[in-house]
Order: sequence, then C-alpha cells, then structure tokens
Amino acid sequence: MSELMSDRAIDRSKMQVSDQVAIQISNMNKWYGSFHVLRDINLTVNEGERIVIAGPSGSGKSTLIRCINRLEEHQSGDIVVDGTELTSDLKNIDKIRSEVGMCFQHFNLFPHLTILENCTLAPIWVRKTPKKEAEEIAMHFLEKVKIPDQALKYPGQLSGGQQQRVAIARSLCMKPRIMLFDEPTSALDPEMIKEVLDTMIELAEEGMTMLCVTHEMGFARQVANRVIFMDQGQIVEQNEPEEFFNNPKSDRTKLFLSQILGH
Amino acid sequence: MSDSQNNSVAFVATEVIPQSPPPARETGVVKWLRENLFSSVTNGVLTVVALYLIYLVLAATLPWIFNGIWTTSSLSECREVLQGKTGACFSVLTERWHQLIYGFKYPADAYWRPNLAFVLMLVAIAPVLFFDLPRKLLLFTAVYPFIAFWLIWGGTILAPLVVFVGFVAAAVVFQKFGRSSFAVGFFGGIAVALVVWTVGGALIPDGASDNALLPAVPSRDLGGFMLNLMLGVTCVSLSIPLGIALALGRQSDMPLIKGICVVFIEFIRGVPLITLLFVASVMLAYFFPPESTVDLFLRVVIMITMFSAAYIAEVIRGGLAALPKGQYEAADSLGLDYPQAMRLIILPQALKISIPGIVNVAVGLFKDTTLVSVISMFDLVGMIRGPILASTEWNGVYWELFGFAALLFFVVCYGISQYSQWLERKLHKGH
Ligand SMILES: Nc1ncnc2c1ncn2[C@@H]1O[C@H](COP(=O)(O)OP(=O)(O)OP(=O)(O)O)[C@@H](O)[C@H]1O
Ligand SMILES: [Mg+2]
Repeated sequence: MSELMSDRAIDRSKMQVSDQVAIQISNMNKWYGSFHVLRDINLTVNEGERIVIAGPSGSGKSTLIRCINRLEEHQSGDIVVDGTELTSDLKNIDKIRSEVGMCFQHFNLFPHLTILENCTLAPIWVRKTPKKEAEEIAMHFLEKVKIPDQALKYPGQLSGGQQQRVAIARSLCMKPRIMLFDEPTSALDPEMIKEVLDTMIELAEEGMTMLCVTHEMGFARQVANRVIFMDQGQIVEQNEPEEFFNNPKSDRTKLFLSQILGH
Repeated sequence: MSDSQNNSVAFVATEVIPQSPPPARETGVVKWLRENLFSSVTNGVLTVVALYLIYLVLAATLPWIFNGIWTTSSLSECREVLQGKTGACFSVLTERWHQLIYGFKYPADAYWRPNLAFVLMLVAIAPVLFFDLPRKLLLFTAVYPFIAFWLIWGGTILAPLVVFVGFVAAAVVFQKFGRSSFAVGFFGGIAVALVVWTVGGALIPDGASDNALLPAVPSRDLGGFMLNLMLGVTCVSLSIPLGIALALGRQSDMPLIKGICVVFIEFIRGVPLITLLFVASVMLAYFFPPESTVDLFLRVVIMITMFSAAYIAEVIRGGLAALPKGQYEAADSLGLDYPQAMRLIILPQALKISIPGIVNVAVGLFKDTTLVSVISMFDLVGMIRGPILASTEWNGVYWELFGFAALLFFVVCYGISQYSQWLERKLHKGH
C-alpha cells in the first residue's frame, strides 16, 4: 500500500478545517428489509475536512456515504447537508445533490456522450449554465485532471485511470462543496491508482471537503485529517491518522489494521 | 564457410530460382471453389444439390418473368397472346395500377394529393432518421401530420388547424408549468387541448367542407398500398412514444401507474391482433357517443397502435434492464431530475440497445396492416382479394398480384432493416 504514496511533498497551506459544519448526521439508522445496515450513526463533518472511511467488506461504508446524497434512503435519524435537511422532499434532495459530488468505484461515465459532454451535461441542465460557458468550465477541470486532449473521445476509448479522472472532473464541473469517493481506485491497475490519487491530493490541497471510502492507507496517512473505522454498521473508532494507525484502541480496529497492513 | 562461395560444388545451386506461379488448381477461382464449395465429399454433394435446386427455381421463374405480358386488358386476352407458352400476365399490374396503389374509390383527379403527401413525408422523416441533418427541419416534421391529413382527406382546413392549435396550446402550457411540476404541466396541457378541440370543433360551421379548396374524401374511400403505408407510418410513429411511456410506467414506483401499465401490456399481448381489429370495426362504436362518428380509420389506428406499443414497451423494458444501475446513480448524483435523467442518460442508451427489437416490431406491424382486409377495408391485399380477383377480366391471376404485393412489402421492410443496421453501426461508440 505505502509504496503507492505520492512522492511529492503535500502543500498543507490551504488544507484547513473551518468550524462551519458541512454535514451533520445524528442517530441515523438504516435497514435493508430486516437487515440493520447502519446503526446509530453520529458524525459531524466540518468544511475542509478530509475524512477516510475504512472497514471490512460489508461493514456499511458505501451505504453510509450514499445516504449523504440520498442514493440510499435512511429510515431514522437526521442528515443535514450544508444546512439542508434530507427528507423525502425532492427539492431538498436535488439541492443537496447539486452541492455534493460523487465518484464511484466503476466510474459510471455516460458511454453515449463524449468526455466533454459528460462534463457539461449537469451544468447545462441542472445549473442552467450557457453551453459555451459550461464547455469552458469543463475544459478547465479536464486540464486540471490532465486530460484536456481527450475531450472529444468517448469514455470507452479511455483507460480506467483516465476514466476515473474524467469522473472526478465531471463532478467538479458542478462546483460542489463536498466530494464523496466510494473506493475510487479499487477497480484500477496499480500504475493508474497513483494518477487518480494524485488528482485527489490536489483536490485536498485546494481545501475541498472530502469523504473517501478507500483501502489506500498511504493516502489516509498523508491527506486525511480524520480516519473513521466502521464495522457491522457502526462507527467503531475515529481518530487522527497518526493515532489511528499507531495507537488503535478497539480490538476490531487492531485486527483490521493487522490484516490490511501486516502482509 | 567463406570459401564455399568460390569453390562451388556441383550439386549446390548458386542462383536463386525465381518463384514460379502456383499451379492452376491453387489459384483464383479454382482455389476458391475447392476451399469453399468442395472441401470434402459431403460439401461437394451439398453444393451440387443446392446448385440443382437454384437451377430448378430459375428455370421455372425466369421464362415466366421474361415472357411476361404488360399491355393486355384482361386475362383471356393475355392467354391468347401467350398461346400456351409460359409467361406472366403483368398487365394486371399496369391495368389496375391505380387501384392497387390508391384503392378503387379514391377520386382519380386527386391522386396528386397522396403523392405530394408521400414526398413530403420523406422530407419530414429525414431529420428523425438522420440526426446529422439540421435540427430546424424538425419543425416541418411537427406540422407534417396536419398537412398530410389535409392533403389526403381534404375538406375544410379548419379541422386540422383546430387540432394543430390544440397541440400547440398544450405544448405551451407544458413548457410553462411542466418545469415546476411535471404533473401540473402534463394534465394542464391535456385539459387545454381538450378545451381548444371542443370549442374549435363547435366553431367550425356545418357546411365548411362542402366547397373546400380540396374536396373531402371520406376514410372508406382510402385503399390500396397507400392505406398500408398510412396505417404503418401512423401506427409506428404513435406506438414508439406510447411504448416508451408504458415501459417507464411499468418501472414506476407509483403502484397505480405501474398496475395500469402491467395490466394493459399483458392484456394486449395476450389477445390476437385480429380480434382487436374486429373490436375496432364493430364494438368500439359503442364506447363513443352514438352521434360521434368516430372514423373507422382512426379506430383501426388506435387498435394497431395499442397492439404494437405493448410489444415495443416490452422490448424497451429489456433495454432499460440491461443498463447498469451505475448509470441511474451517476445521473442522480449529478442532480438531474427524473425526466432529465431519462431523456438524456437512460433512454438514449436503452433505446439504442432496443433498436433491433423495435425494428422487428415495426416491420411486423407494417405487414400486419394487411389484416385490415379482413374487416373489409380495401388495402393492397383487400384490393387484390376483392375488386381485382373478383372482376371478370382478372379472375385467376394470383401469382402476379400476390408476387407484386410481396415485392412491395419486401422493399419497404428490407429498407427498414438496412436502416436499423446502419443506425446501430453509427451509434456504436467504442464500448
Ligand atoms: N440493496 C441492498 N439490499 C440488501 N442488502 C444490501 C444492499 N446493499 C448492500 N447491502 C448489504 O449491506 C451491507 C453493507 O453494504 P455496503 O455496500 O455498504 O458495504 P461496504 O462497507 O461498502 O463493503 P465493501 O467494502 O465490500 O464495498 C452488506 O452486508 C450488504 O450485503
Ligand atoms: Mg462499498
């Protein structure tokens, strides 16, 4: 894992946590049928935080971050994103979704649209940005993820790493205040993992609020300001990365860390 | 080894022999034949048998076609000219050409009207079939149905105009309110259109069609291949949007809508088209108020459209199911609302997957339009079976007439299938 850590120094000047609350989750529970997936989740994320969520498979990490933009519905408790409460009110849901960007494990680019169209679609239709302006914004972010020359290709013509960077750019075009990542590097070959992680590091350096589900512990050490460990639908432990990795408190965390780091 | 070049040995060739051409049985036609047709004994036998069958078919049909008579005015006259030789009496086609194409009641001095409507139709569907054409042409596509209606049925221009205004009013209402609430826009649009149609319909004076620019032609006077084309084009273009709506409705979270769609689809698919057509010809009249004479053509269009929409809905449902869940999630996570996600992300991909199935239904639908001959409408097959074969002149000319009908349908259906293959290749985006 750690050999994939970025070799460059990280600029921490803008990585500052403000005391503004970005996401507030209180006493949240979720069931799939009779299966209790998330139990009493309490989590407050401030603006500018970079949170890595770790935990064994099936522990509910994906479900948790998918509740934040209502890809999954929670059954009890409150989730407030940027001052807007998530209820079944479609207006609130759409508002939150346009403020929260998300990257998926399998990229989920739109295969029938070019890279540029993938990036301009939501700004044009959701934000009502004029087409020309939307294209300028899209090119700006494609340059940022270092693939402006692929703009007119289709997703199927790009490598996995390139596709994931396009997916990040597509989210950024909506100028989100919060970014959610669900195992963005798990479907990639090792050489491509680094290019995607570098993009995410740059994003962190600009002060983006990020929640990342990832098994890249090197990334967690370098970039995160907090690591959350989940098991069986609960948040078992959370701490600063140094403390988390060197001084895990619960046995379950110790077991997990020994499995994931101790090869 | 270096001295071997100087001290040449007698049995070692010092020069390279130029390549000679391969023996005849290894080149060109002979080689191709050997590899493809006679590669083993069984294949050889099969090839010979197949060639013999082809010979039999051609030997029977070619003289029949090339000896064909094109200019006589009845079957007996044709037989006299042939004097016992094999030969077709194609003259039935030339002599009854207008009946085959327009039916036997459509006024002869008005043939230019459906002809013009046909040419304009080609213009109107071009931007739908080929998206590289300028999008502005779609405006013409939108007004085309009303122009075509006026051209073919004639009568007062006020009727299609009122219908058109109704649609425009509905579109305006939907534009205005559909943004904030889809349901308000949708039902408001329908309500406004109904109001325009009732008020407008009442305003048209009774004798408006009597001295109209284009004399009115009633629906029962339509016939021939024109009727098949009209039914085919109308029903295909109505059943695709209806099929999409049914497919989306079937996926809906709202139990009532879902239930209605499921019952509709399953019911229609479980019933033979021919029974629906009989319903259209006799029973549907009971559902409409007695004084309203809902046109037989319209009733048949409703039935065929419902029938093929149910099949298209199932084809599209397959396309929707084939899309990965991630596409829906990505659209949602970007903040697109349901209509946007469907129109921009889901349907373009689902429809692309469904093209072969939709084309299959469209081709089937087009051929099924000949079933209307059973409820005594005189489409191409109805014309052949009825007025033409029953006439004293042409009683007994089966092959020529049905061969011609088959050829016409084949040309159209083959064209549709070629188009769909072209479209699939064009939409292929490297994945
Ligand atoms: N749609 C669903 N219906 C029923 N159960 C589900 C559904 N989605 C997930 N689950 C279950 O919920 C639990 C949590 O799933 P989740 O995807 O959140 O785990 P995860 O921590 O992201 O695991 P991984 O690391 O494998 O991605 C799992 O036991 C899973 O089987
Ligand atoms: Mg997961």
